[in-house]
Amino acid sequence: MSARFSLRRLGAMIRKEFIQMRRDRLTFAMMLGVPVMQLILFGYAINADPKHLPAAIHAQDHSAFARSFVKGMENSDYFRFVATAESEAEADELIRSGKVQFVLHIPPQFSRDIERGLRPQILLDADATDPAATGNAAASIQFLAASVLARDLKGPLAAQGAPSPVDVVIHRRYNAEGRTELNIVPGLIGVILTMTMIIFTALAMTRETERGTMENLLTMPVRPIEVMMGKILPYIIIGYVQTAVVLAAAWWLFEVPFAGSLGLLAFVLFFFVAANLAVGFTFSTLARNQLQAVQMTIFFFLPSILLSGFMFPFRGMPEWAQWLGEALPLTHFLRITRGILLKENGFPEIAPDLAAILAFLLVVSLVSLNRYRQTLD
Amino acid sequence: MNPALAIDVRGLTKSFGGTKVVDGLDMQVARGEIYGFLGPNGSGKTTTIRLICGLLTPDGGEGSCLGHDVRSESEAIKRETGYMTQRFSLYEDLSIRENLEFVASIYGIAKPKHAVKETLEKLNLADRSHQLAGNLSGGWKQRLALAAAIMHKPKLLLLDEPTAGVDPKARREFWDEIHVLAAEGLTVLVSTHYMDEAERCHKICYLAYGKLLARGTVDEVIEQSGLRALKASPTLEDVFVHLMRDVTDNFARRKAG
Repeated sequence: MSARFSLRRLGAMIRKEFIQMRRDRLTFAMMLGVPVMQLILFGYAINADPKHLPAAIHAQDHSAFARSFVKGMENSDYFRFVATAESEAEADELIRSGKVQFVLHIPPQFSRDIERGLRPQILLDADATDPAATGNAAASIQFLAASVLARDLKGPLAAQGAPSPVDVVIHRRYNAEGRTELNIVPGLIGVILTMTMIIFTALAMTRETERGTMENLLTMPVRPIEVMMGKILPYIIIGYVQTAVVLAAAWWLFEVPFAGSLGLLAFVLFFFVAANLAVGFTFSTLARNQLQAVQMTIFFFLPSILLSGFMFPFRGMPEWAQWLGEALPLTHFLRITRGILLKENGFPEIAPDLAAILAFLLVVSLVSLNRYRQTLD
Repeated sequence: MNPALAIDVRGLTKSFGGTKVVDGLDMQVARGEIYGFLGPNGSGKTTTIRLICGLLTPDGGEGSCLGHDVRSESEAIKRETGYMTQRFSLYEDLSIRENLEFVASIYGIAKPKHAVKETLEKLNLADRSHQLAGNLSGGWKQRLALAAAIMHKPKLLLLDEPTAGVDPKARREFWDEIHVLAAEGLTVLVSTHYMDEAERCHKICYLAYGKLLARGTVDEVIEQSGLRALKASPTLEDVFVHLMRDVTDNFARRKAG
């Protein structure tokens, strides 16, 4: 009898699965929550053609031509002028610190040279660490140069406007060839660490609960902070090993330049890894079994890779998504690693992002210590 | 507070989700005693043990364990108490020795290596010290758990159904071990379902629905039951069946009324 396929037995299995699914509320919520989150993030937050990128102007000529050029750039929707640089050095600082994506340099005697038909050069400095973010904007400016000024040039000047009255030179800084891997590989350090560190700790604690060893741990005179640090520190070492592997690959296989200080990167790494481990520890105090811990990790990991600027340009996202991104440690860590490896950033440039990671670490640690119970109540 | 008492709790109450699991429990255990803790499944034995060692906070009542308050001094109680949980709660992916070394370090034992060696020999675990705990049979797991519970030389040992699923020979050896430890001055509170084990305790108490129904030496408990008038030589088992019948009747009557 039992050799044949039985619909009744199949029905019993299916019923049992549904009952268990319903009992595990969190899993049930995740089954609905993850698709909704993905829809919102992919549908609304992600934009592969970022607009309104912050730019600065370094003008050594304030003529009508210069003004209409800037106006034209703003009207193209790709650029948003947020700062004015008085000097070469100031312009440099703005782009290095990541405050702006572009600096437009207008040379002295710009209008005079146009009128004389000398095709003056306009220099657009672009932070090309993320080629996807700058690509379209940079392409649009070439087209602008011809169209915008054509309106201002009348009479004999218009006639000579053969290809374009100005020569736009785009200087792709930090990534002259626009290689995507220069952006991806340093970012990968953060992504790999986020994924593995959170899941390690989330499972490490949940395993104790699931296997019943938590009870024994609680009967012994061990303090929550000792348990937490004891769980976290071994993985910080693992995190350094992982980073070393990715950096070695970045160097040998992808020829990523190591512009800045590796010591500084190693210093920041400690806090970033600790922040992720604290997240994992918090999850492990919330999850009742290892499956739930894995699901919570996914719930955190997904927005981390989508909203941090790892896969899609951060500045291409709507404001609410940028705010969400700012709350994630990966966002700040990406800026730091890209800054250090590609832009030779030093401590002053990375300090704001490091502060954000520290704040995150502090808040999450407090939450997790608060959640960890020394009793079985 | 009576210094001769290892455990002295009064009116202990604990509820989970509206159900009173322990209900106004009074319990006194003298130092050096082996105190048997009997009662049907779900009668509140495990909860009581957890309340005594500070793993749970009582909703009501008060008491002391080894002279420390059960509400506020659970850290001190943990240091002087060994607790062997009902479910094996050591690390299955660690060897016997590694488990014991871990426990020794958590308790801050002065010479951990030495303490582990001593404990291994005391409980005849030395030959197997490299085996993973997960590969041990029930009897050896229980031995390891006992080793972990006594290594820091506690004054009180709490054993929660330590011999469930253990064969008779290993059970007997385990109890011989308990008597050796008690002779050295250790107080032992042990919960069990086995009547032969109850008879090896100095004193016993019987718990049902979170309330104490009987206590004393085995003889006293049989005497108090009044069964001797009805039956030639009543056993402890007879007494408990009799007690439960009364309690269940009472419950039914209360529900009906």
